[in-house]
Amino acid sequence: MKIEDILHFSIRASTGYRTRTLLMLLAMAIGVASVVILTSLGEGARQYVTDRFSSLGANLLIVLPGRSETTGGHPPMLGETPRDLTLDDALALNRSASIRRIAPITVGSAPVSWKQLEREVIILGSTSELYEVRHLSMGQGRFLPAGDPTRGGAVCVIGYKVKHELFSNQSPPGEWVRIGDRRFRVIGVLAKKGQSLGLDMGDVVIIPVASAQALFNTSSLFRILVQASSREAIPRAKQVILNVIRERHDGEEDVTVVTQDAVLSTFDRIFTALTLTVAGIAAISLSVAGVLIMNVMLVAVSQRTTEIGLLKALGAPRRQIMSLFLAESAMLSLAGAALGLIVAFTVIWVLANIFPDFPIRIPLWALAAAIGVSLLTGLVFGALPARRAARLDPVEALSRR
Amino acid sequence: MIYLDGIERVFQVGDEAVHALRDVHLEVKQGEYIAVMGPSGSGKSTLLNIIGLLDRPDRGVYRLDDVTATDLSDDQQAAVRRHKIGFVFQFFHLVPRLSASENIELPLTLAGMEPEERKSRVQAALKAFGLAGRAKHRPDQLSGGQRQRVAIARATIMEPKVVLADEPTGNLDRASGKDVIEILERLNLKGVTLIMVTHDPELGKRASREIHMVDGRIS
Repeated sequence: MKIEDILHFSIRASTGYRTRTLLMLLAMAIGVASVVILTSLGEGARQYVTDRFSSLGANLLIVLPGRSETTGGHPPMLGETPRDLTLDDALALNRSASIRRIAPITVGSAPVSWKQLEREVIILGSTSELYEVRHLSMGQGRFLPAGDPTRGGAVCVIGYKVKHELFSNQSPPGEWVRIGDRRFRVIGVLAKKGQSLGLDMGDVVIIPVASAQALFNTSSLFRILVQASSREAIPRAKQVILNVIRERHDGEEDVTVVTQDAVLSTFDRIFTALTLTVAGIAAISLSVAGVLIMNVMLVAVSQRTTEIGLLKALGAPRRQIMSLFLAESAMLSLAGAALGLIVAFTVIWVLANIFPDFPIRIPLWALAAAIGVSLLTGLVFGALPARRAARLDPVEALSRR
Repeated sequence: MIYLDGIERVFQVGDEAVHALRDVHLEVKQGEYIAVMGPSGSGKSTLLNIIGLLDRPDRGVYRLDDVTATDLSDDQQAAVRRHKIGFVFQFFHLVPRLSASENIELPLTLAGMEPEERKSRVQAALKAFGLAGRAKHRPDQLSGGQRQRVAIARATIMEPKVVLADEPTGNLDRASGKDVIEILERLNLKGVTLIMVTHDPELGKRASREIHMVDGRIS
């Protein structure tokens, strides 16, 4: 029997029994659609986190005071350390070829006031290089001027939200604000940008690092952001940082260097695991669909007992009868999978329109897996009914009316 | 052509062993017209099924065209059925979702014949059996006589040497029954061996040879 004839026969057989065909298509469609949609959501979440981390800046290393054995995950915010990380430590890093830029950071919180308005704001002390390292962009004015980092100036750059709350519609550049007990001239406003690493860059005021150290009366740094000269240079840069700091800290390696890659790959692993878990749960619905297919095909076999007997009387060998029934269940599974994909694409298109910020897309492997698994379910769960059909006794089958 | 010797067939019904056929001996020459008669339960249909290779005897030898059919594997038996034997049933056994022409085409399709060849053979058969205007009709749109004619067309489309008919008129009125018998007899005149199971003594008399069966034996 020719393959096209087998397919034609199976199509006629499935269109001959509408209800059962529709039921089977529905079950398969639900299974496939849920696999594709859930994996897409998982994949979207992973992509979302990855994007957020990338927006921190390229080839970024973060130097934290204190020793930590953990790799990736949350950096220890309060490292207990005998020696503080100082501005001189940071400047010493600048001499390596594998390091392009460094941005020392001091963090504190202080009241910021302009005229009658006052607000408690996070103050970042840093240098002009923070602009490049963190991929910032300006809404108005300019960023901190380049110059000797050890000498602070009385200038500041304010975040978008701070500008909005203190100055509302007026233009801040040129105005003087009071931060703590000192006065700073506003020279720029950061452009609107999302959160990164839990810090809302709209809600900060950036001042020169030396001014911040004076303001908070400290000589230590919160962390040092280091930009490696290239992606390949990241491991080398990390080694250089550890060497330099060890040398400066009397042979003690009392800092932690977190690479963006390490953080990223950790999150990547977590979300990949999550996606797979969700896909596994969805796969259960596929196997439920498989059981339904088996059930429906068994009913089909008993419904068509006399037909099978007739096919045998007409000289169809067992193999042929088996392939007829297998072709039918495989075809129905594929048709159901196609239907499920249409549903999945529609749902994801709708979701993408409702949440344009969320990078949801269907991973190719999920598509392939959904179609492959549905075909496999069709064949596996179709095999038992097909075997039963092939083994029917023709005399008994024909004796039924 | 057909040679049966010492054929036994026993069915197990509950605790009881029912002897459907006991030591049956039968020889049929090519082109014969045989009517198998007898009360119900006498083993007529079982005999027909064994000749048609739908059933295997428990004992005995069956040779068809000098091939010992009882030694063949399932697939080989299927091939013999496909090429040498045509079945006509009391209840027609047409596939309800297929049209008359598709039902007739079915054996050719199963045999893997090219579509063009199939079409021309089906057209010829439709014409020969007076079904030309009914090609696209499904079985439930056909009369009983027409259905049986479709079934006969299907049974003969592969040009078998033997046609086995199990009560072919049993479900038809007199007029269409007569019609069907005449068609079968015409086939026999062209050299096809015809073996027909029937209750009707009148039909039995038309055959060139009558076989009477009682309790699984040919009497």
